[in-house]
Amino acid sequence: MAFYRSQVLVCGGTGCTSSESMVILENLKNEIKKHGIENEIEVVRTGCFGLCELGPIVIVYPEGAFYSKVKPEDLPELVEEHLVKGRILKRLVYHEAMEDDRIKSLNNFGFYKKQYRVALRNCGVIDPENIDEYIAFDGYKALEKVLTEMTPEEVVKVVKESGLRGRGGGGFPTGLKWELTAKEKADQKYIICNADEGDPGAFMDRSVLEGDPHSVLEAMAIGGYAIGASKGFIYVRAEYPIAVQRLEVAIKQAREYGLLGDDILGTGFSFDIELRLGSGAFVCGEETALMQSIEGRRGMPVPKPPFPAQSGLWKKPTVINNVETYANIPAIILNGSQWFRSIGTEKSSGTKVFALGGKITNTGLVEIPMGTTLREIIFEIGGGIPKGKKFKAVQTGGPSGGCIAAQHLDTPIEYDTLIALGSMMGSGGMIVMDEDNCMVDVARFFLDFTRDESCGKCTPCRIGTKRMLEILEKITQGKGTLEDIDKLEELAKEIKASALCGLGQTAPNPVLSTLKYFRDEYIAHVVDKKCPAGVCKALMRYTIVDNVCKKCGICAKACPVGAITGKVKEHFEINQDKCVKCGACMEKCPFKAIIKK
Amino acid sequence: MKTIKELEEIRKKTLDVVNQRKDRTTTRIVVGMATCGIAAGARPVLLAIMDEVSKLGLSDVIVAQTGCIGLCRLEPIVEVIKPGEEKVTYIKMTPEKARRIVKEHVVEGKVVDEYVMHVVDGKVLNDYSVQND
Ligand SMILES: Cc1cc2nc3c(=O)[nH]c(=O)nc-3n(C[C@H](O)[C@H](O)[C@H](O)COP(=O)(O)O)c2cc1C
Ligand code: SF4
Ligand code: SF4
Ligand code: SF4
Ligand code: FES
Ligand code: FES
Repeated sequence: MAFYRSQVLVCGGTGCTSSESMVILENLKNEIKKHGIENEIEVVRTGCFGLCELGPIVIVYPEGAFYSKVKPEDLPELVEEHLVKGRILKRLVYHEAMEDDRIKSLNNFGFYKKQYRVALRNCGVIDPENIDEYIAFDGYKALEKVLTEMTPEEVVKVVKESGLRGRGGGGFPTGLKWELTAKEKADQKYIICNADEGDPGAFMDRSVLEGDPHSVLEAMAIGGYAIGASKGFIYVRAEYPIAVQRLEVAIKQAREYGLLGDDILGTGFSFDIELRLGSGAFVCGEETALMQSIEGRRGMPVPKPPFPAQSGLWKKPTVINNVETYANIPAIILNGSQWFRSIGTEKSSGTKVFALGGKITNTGLVEIPMGTTLREIIFEIGGGIPKGKKFKAVQTGGPSGGCIAAQHLDTPIEYDTLIALGSMMGSGGMIVMDEDNCMVDVARFFLDFTRDESCGKCTPCRIGTKRMLEILEKITQGKGTLEDIDKLEELAKEIKASALCGLGQTAPNPVLSTLKYFRDEYIAHVVDKKCPAGVCKALMRYTIVDNVCKKCGICAKACPVGAITGKVKEHFEINQDKCVKCGACMEKCPFKAIIKK
Repeated sequence: MKTIKELEEIRKKTLDVVNQRKDRTTTRIVVGMATCGIAAGARPVLLAIMDEVSKLGLSDVIVAQTGCIGLCRLEPIVEVIKPGEEKVTYIKMTPEKARRIVKEHVVEGKVVDEYVMHVVDGKVLNDYSVQND
């Protein structure tokens, strides 16, 4: 690789291209050649910087000088001043960028500004394989406090008063769960950590386990003390090899330090943890199925009641909580329930971690106080939709959740508000969709997932999801009718009411929510036989616009199935019966004469 | 087995090593090593840094791994925290770039500006995708 002393980036995104960035690119290269420095300076065309309104944008590294609204006539001066003489051309530098043009520490970055890290407090800060670093950040201090200064009842009381609710999806009050289990009389009780995380696109729990495994171990020991259990299990999916390895290291170190095992810290309390690897079936994340799986049986849900608090693992009273739920516990014990209540909202206290994905600029992991609005997450923290596209919907709760439309973007995120919108908090997957996503196809995608993952134990879910998927496929192929839409809705409501476990009960949510907010898209598919977003292949047509077409014949050569016929200089046409909608012709046509609709 | 008193000692002793504040005495180089970081190539980066540190015979430097920093798309991410200075975040690292950082930033004290994250209006600018053909 050649070494350039400087790099000039010119944005080649749609926004900037429409404001003549390509002319600038060419002129820039010419100017640089004029000065004979083309071997020192590299000119790079880049994708959109997301600041289209300031375009055309030119950035010069290593200084990181950010020039906005550059005009072709500015270039001679820019090259002369900056690239030849090494002086930043102040007059063109975007004013906001003058002082603070470079972020030294990630923490000052807008992405983090609205975030508040409780569960992820140590992630990205400490070395997860070094227990001393966890201890340095007050690790195991909460366990110390609980064992030396608090009764089990007091621990339950603090958790209850904090208002912490389960982060695994359902939002059940954690303190109440602990209290019910603590009340049971039994010779043996268990604490389980649910680290199955089967929701596609979610990786919150994985990140906690990989970045801060001791926080979960510490919380489980605290839980054990509170309910009177001496044994804990972490059920983690085998597809998370790094998380598994970090947990193994952490458990070993905790045992060496006497923070797990017999007579912890010399207080007489004994507690130990074992790992159990899950095979990755989605239904194994459901608590009763998970316990079946730990017991060595096939992971299938069993009817509740009895609830785990009375009869859980090996019929003993059991507390089962999610990874993120646990990660909050040590902080609550150390800082108090009032502190935790001061974050978030009245009914949903604390924070929630989300895995932002889909059509969003900043994909990644965010932790926000409850009550933050969807708009703040998507547009401020997430940086909005790339390529200047329009926001269409956001999917929360994974396969059990629903799609929320633009008119509800200002809803504060809480357990109950999301349910009211037909979605749910879920474990924290958040997928953003733009105008290019077909909502019928999205519903089909999730139903395909749940149909696949249904354990088959009860009929409504086993047969019902299959029927629903069949109807959805029919619609996406353009063979659906209006009656099909009604049938789909009916089936969805029936399954919701009659399925045995949470998987079946929530499986129809993606369909119901898209029907609620995007019914017109369903109707477009069945009545007009059109997919407005241009996703459903069967409903798409590629056609040649005759008056734009230059009759060059390139498309006919590109077509893999010989669907384009015609004669050079005369006429070309696409045979719709033969066309497999691969798009090759459209890509190859030099004159943009082929359109898709 | 550790006693509560011993834990408190570990806490005190380790805090200087881990804390991100300016009153520390060693330089800490931290590499994000969660699943996404590793997938983006964080391990070769970590190895290169360790190799460079030992090649240059640096003694008051700690190389550590850490979990998810939250910005998966900018991985591999390396943070350098020098005593008395603000933390510097480098993004999209490669083993070569990381070696330069050890030489220029850690040893000579010159921040390698080209690899530091640049932000305007909350948008990361050096997160560009090259489109030259
Ligand atoms: C189909 C299905 C899958 C589930 N998957 C998970 C999971 O992966 N992780 C999880 O923590 N909870 C999952 N749950 C919720 C658990 O049943 C249980 O409510 C949760 O682990 C309780 O912990 P919490 O109160 O801390 O949230 C799932 C539920 C259902 C119905
Ligand atoms: S609802 Fe589905 S996953 Fe749940 S028990 Fe019934 S068939 Fe199995
Ligand atoms: S879309 Fe593909 S199959 Fe159809 S005409 Fe174009 S090249 Fe041929
Ligand atoms: S490649 Fe484009 S211009 Fe050429 S014949 Fe096909 S449609 Fe017409
Ligand atoms: S197209 Fe250039 S900044 Fe968006
Ligand atoms: S897992 Fe790497 S930043 Fe998120």
